[in-house]
Amino acid sequence: MVVWTDFERTAIQDIFSKIDYAVVGQAAFSRCLIVYPWTKRYFGGFGNLYNAAAITSNPRVASHGKVIMEALEKAVKDMDNIKATYAELSALHSEKLQVDPDNFMLLGHCLTIVVASQLGKAFTPEVHAAFQKFLAVVVSSLRKQYY
Amino acid sequence: MNSFGSCKQPLKLLSIYNFFLSLNTTPTATTGKMTSLSAKDKNTVKTFWAKVAGKEEQIGCDAVSRMLTVYPQTKTYFSHWKDLRPGSAPVKKHGATVMAAVTDAVSKIDDLTGALLSLSELHAFTLRVDPANFKVLSHNLLVVLSTMFPDDFSPEVHVAVDKFLAAVALALSEKYR
Repeated sequence: MVVWTDFERTAIQDIFSKIDYAVVGQAAFSRCLIVYPWTKRYFGGFGNLYNAAAITSNPRVASHGKVIMEALEKAVKDMDNIKATYAELSALHSEKLQVDPDNFMLLGHCLTIVVASQLGKAFTPEVHAAFQKFLAVVVSSLRKQYY
Repeated sequence: MNSFGSCKQPLKLLSIYNFFLSLNTTPTATTGKMTSLSAKDKNTVKTFWAKVAGKEEQIGCDAVSRMLTVYPQTKTYFSHWKDLRPGSAPVKKHGATVMAAVTDAVSKIDDLTGALLSLSELHAFTLRVDPANFKVLSHNLLVVLSTMFPDDFSPEVHVAVDKFLAAVALALSEKYR
């Protein structure tokens, strides 16, 4: 049972209200494919992912980045029920997509770095800690249906 | 006796074999790392680090502050400090120490193992920091660089610096066992 402080709730909701899902989603997801190239293995149907320039300009990468952010928003809207919110997505990632769950935090790292670049000084260590906790809960929930 | 069986030109095969063997004699041959730093990686890191000049103390302080706040398990190594809050005096001082060492490593990027030898011994025998924590500090350094240099910290720079910090962590782990 995750316990959120008022500060953490506010911090997370604040971040998501400030960021542009299309921009941040594209930036974080493309960064993940560039910095951790083995993650490309799950996106064989996305066309040209050959180098950083191709990834950055790839329209499927951009739209999928937005899909990811919209899925994260579901967790932000119901922070006390993240495990239940992601039960289906977890089964999908495990059974159909067969993603190694160690990869989830790689995307988490890239998202943190993009959010940090957007918020600058406002991304204080305390806000950063709240965001990291949120990501840890999301990742843990996505891992739940793996067996 | 000829291990190539019914091969008709054993001498030619041997020379091909020797050719491939000779390719693996450069100083940057694989050392068990995920990848070595390419010339492009090193250049990218050095060019970006020139922009960092003058801000090392601020970066180091912010990175250590974040590490202690976001990953509280790292506080266990600093129980001898009076104040573990972000930006406190011991945090500031230690951040400066760490960043000075990383900046020095940039200047010695062609031989990180040699450059970090005594620091590796310190971390292995005296401090006994679990090397898994090196990744944690590296991540926090990347986050700080991202907040302070949002336009320069592109994905290409990010991957080069991430690789560099991983190489530094590996060099730091050399003396552990």
